[in-house]
Amino acid sequence: MAEAVLRVFRGDANGGATADYRVPLVPGMVVLDAVHSVQAHQAPDLAVRWNCKAGKCGSCSAEVNGRPRLMCKTRMDSLPQGEPVTIYPMKSFPLIKDLVTDVSWNYEVNRKITPFTPRPGADWKMDQKDVDRVQEFRKCIECFLCQNVCHVLREHGKEAQFGGPRFFVRVAGLEMHPLDGANRIPQLKDQLGIGLCNITKCCTEVCPEEIHITDNAIIPLKERVVDQFYDPLTMLVRKIRGAT
Amino acid sequence: MTANLETHDYDVLVIGAGGAGLRAAIEALAQGARVGVVCKSLLGKAHTVMAEGGLAAAMCNVDKADSWRTHFRDTMRGGKFLNNWRMAQLHAQEAPDRVRELEQWGALFDRTSDGEILQRAFGGHTFKRLCHVGDRTGLEMIRTLQDRGVQMGFDVFMECTVTRLLTDGGKIAGAFGYWRESGRFVTFRAKSVVISTGGIGKSWKITSNSWECTGDGMALAYEAGAQLQDMEFVQFHPTGMVWPPGVQGILVTEAVRGEGGILRNKNGERFMEKYDPQRMELSTRDVVARSIYTEVREGRGTEHGGAFLDISHKPAEYVKKKLPSMYHQFKELADVDITKGPMEVGPTCHYMMGGIRVEADTGQSSIPGLFAAGEAAAGLHGANRLGGNSLSDLLVFGRRAGLAAAEHAKKTPLPALDSVQIDEAEQQVLAPFERATGEDPYAIQRDLQQTMQTLVGIFRTDEDLRRALAEIEKLKARAANIRVEGSRLYNPGWHLSQELGAMLIVSEAVTLSALARRESRGAHSRIDFPKLDDSLGKKNNVLAKRAGAMTLFEIAIPEMPADLKQILAEEK
Repeated sequence: MAEAVLRVFRGDANGGATADYRVPLVPGMVVLDAVHSVQAHQAPDLAVRWNCKAGKCGSCSAEVNGRPRLMCKTRMDSLPQGEPVTIYPMKSFPLIKDLVTDVSWNYEVNRKITPFTPRPGADWKMDQKDVDRVQEFRKCIECFLCQNVCHVLREHGKEAQFGGPRFFVRVAGLEMHPLDGANRIPQLKDQLGIGLCNITKCCTEVCPEEIHITDNAIIPLKERVVDQFYDPLTMLVRKIRGAT
Repeated sequence: MTANLETHDYDVLVIGAGGAGLRAAIEALAQGARVGVVCKSLLGKAHTVMAEGGLAAAMCNVDKADSWRTHFRDTMRGGKFLNNWRMAQLHAQEAPDRVRELEQWGALFDRTSDGEILQRAFGGHTFKRLCHVGDRTGLEMIRTLQDRGVQMGFDVFMECTVTRLLTDGGKIAGAFGYWRESGRFVTFRAKSVVISTGGIGKSWKITSNSWECTGDGMALAYEAGAQLQDMEFVQFHPTGMVWPPGVQGILVTEAVRGEGGILRNKNGERFMEKYDPQRMELSTRDVVARSIYTEVREGRGTEHGGAFLDISHKPAEYVKKKLPSMYHQFKELADVDITKGPMEVGPTCHYMMGGIRVEADTGQSSIPGLFAAGEAAAGLHGANRLGGNSLSDLLVFGRRAGLAAAEHAKKTPLPALDSVQIDEAEQQVLAPFERATGEDPYAIQRDLQQTMQTLVGIFRTDEDLRRALAEIEKLKARAANIRVEGSRLYNPGWHLSQELGAMLIVSEAVTLSALARRESRGAHSRIDFPKLDDSLGKKNNVLAKRAGAMTLFEIAIPEMPADLKQILAEEK
C-alpha cells in the first residue's frame, strides 16, 4: 500500500521539533485524515483541533508544506508525492501544543465591535442584491488563516492596535447590512487600526471561503474612513466648527 | 477534593454551545440570570455550524396557504405519531417568531422577489417552508446567536469538557469538568443546568456528525438519574458522500433534492417511483434512506455502493448560487462537478430523535433544575425528524429551556457542592493515567463504531441487536481499563477516553430500545417485524438507571386534545 511521510511539529510553549510518521494512503485522503491516522495508531496524544472535517467549521487551520490552509480540505494527492508533508501550527498565534494554538485574542477583538443595530422603523424587507454583498462576508468560517498570514500581525505583532482581516470582514458585513444604523468607522480607524493594512492581499489568497477580503471588505472600508476623517472639505468644516 | 479547585457560580449553566445552548443562554440572560456557557470546542464551531438546508417555519412567504396547523400535521406524520404532540404544536406555532427574531439580531436569509425571507421545499413538508441561506444556514444561525450572546454578556468556557453533573439532595447543583487545553479541573455551582450537547452520531462508523457528537449530555443526565426516551430512533440521512473513502459520510444536503435533484440507480431508473410515487425524492428521510439502502443491497447500487443524485439538469449558475458548499465539496474532495454530472450518495448516521425525556413547555427533566433542549432532548420528532425541523427545534425549545431555567433559578438558593461527588469525578477522570498497562481508547472507539454500523444500522433484527448488546458489554469492560499516554496538556487520547463512557451508554440505550420495539416505525426498521403495530404507536420506550443497570420501561403517550386531533384528520 502506498505510504506518505508526515513531518509534524510536536511541542509546546517550551519548544519542540518535528517528528516523522509513516501513514498508509487511502484514496481521497485529506491531511486531517492522515493526522487522525497518526493519532489512532502511533501518537495518541498528538494535539490537533478539528470539528466537522467538511470545510464548514474552520477549526483545523495549519501550515501544510509552508502554506496556511485547512487540513480537511487539503488532499494528500494534491501535495508532491515522495516528499515528506510538513505540518506546522499557525505561526501567528501562541502555541499550546503540537498543532493547536491559542486563538483567544480573536474573540477579544470581536467583542470590541459594535453589534448589529437595526435602524428604527425598519420594515425588514431587503432586496437579494443588497443581501448578496453582505452574504459574501457572512460566509466566513473563522478559520483565522487570514489573521495568521497578515504581516501586520505575523511580522509586526500589532495585536494591540489592529483588528486584522477577519474583523474587517465582520465590520464590512455590519456596515453594509441594508438595515444597520450604527457607525463603526471611528472604531475602525482608532481601535481596529485599519490604516495599518497596506492591502498586500495575503489574506484574500488564503481564504478557504474565497471571500474577496481586500477588494470587497477592506478597500471599501478604508474609503469610508477617508470620507469621514480625511475628506478635505469635511476637515475644513470641522476646523471652522472647532470640532476634533 | 482539591483544595484550590477552580469554581464558578451561576444562576444558569448551559452545557453545549450549539443553536439550542446559545438560544437558551440568550433567553436566560434576558431574564436577568447570570449565565455560563461551557463547550467542548471553540465558540461558533459547534455541530449546528454544519446544518445546511434551512430551518422550517410556517412564515407563508412563498406558499400563502401554509399555517402552523399544516406544519404541526407534517411533523406528526413524519414522526409516525410518536411525537410529543404538545411539543409539535409549540414548535409549529412559535418557529416563525424565532426566525424573525434571528433576523432582528442580524441574520441575513435569502430573499423572495418582494424582499421577504425566501423558503424552499424539503422532504415531508407540504409547503415551501425552509428559510435558508444557500446551503450554509447553520453557520448563519450560529454566528448570529454567538454575537447576540457575547453582546448580552454570557461567560464562555471554551474547550472545556463536563464529565459529571453534581446533585444536592436529588436536585441539580452544578457540574464538574476539565479544561481540554491544560487538563486542569473546574467546577460549576449552578441553580439550573441546561443540557444542549447535541447528538450521538460518533458511535457509528459512517456519520455526518463531528467528533463532538458523543452523547455526552444524555449520558450525564442518565448518570445523574434522568430518563432517556425514544432512543431506538436514529436518523440515517439518505444522502452522505460515499466516495472517496476519506470523505465517506460527509453530508450532502437535502436541499439538493429540495432544489429538484433526482435519485437514480446504476440502471438509470428513478427508483423513488417504486417506494413513494407521490413524494418521490422529497419523501421523508427514513423512506429515502431505506430506498437507497435497498437498491444497493439488491445489486442496483453505484460502483461505490450508493445511488446517483443528479442536479445537473439545472443551470450551472443556479446550482452554484443555491448549493455553493455542495459544489465546492464535490469539486475539491471528490473531483466531481455537480453542475455537469451526478453525485454518488448513500445513507449516513445523522441525527438522534431520542434523548433526555423532558416536559414539553419547559424542557424540565425528571431532576429538578436540570433542563434539556435540542437534539439532546427527546419528543418533538417522534420516530423520524423532518429536514429543517431541527434548526427550528433548537430555537423554539432552546428559548423555552432558557426561560424555564432562569425562572427556576429565581426561586432556588445556591446549592451546596458535595466534595464526595467531586472526589469521585476527579478519580474517574485521572484513572486512565494511573494504569501501567491497559486498553487503547482509539481501538475501543473503532470497535464500537464497527459494531453499531453493522449491527444497529438502518435495518435491524433481534439476533443482530442481541449480538450488539454482547459486544457493548465487552467494550464496557475494556473501557473500564483504558490507559492513556502523555500528559494532561491538550491530550486527545485522554479526551477520547472520557467521551467513550458516554458513547457506550447511548449505544447501549439505542440497542436496548431497538430490541424492545418489535415493529417498524419511522427510522426504526426491523426486518423481523416489518409492519407498523398500532398498539406500539401509543407508547414511548424510556430508560433509566435502576440499581446500577440500564432498565427499560414503557410510558403511554397522553391522549391528544380534540382540537389537535381535528388538525390531524384534515387533509391539507
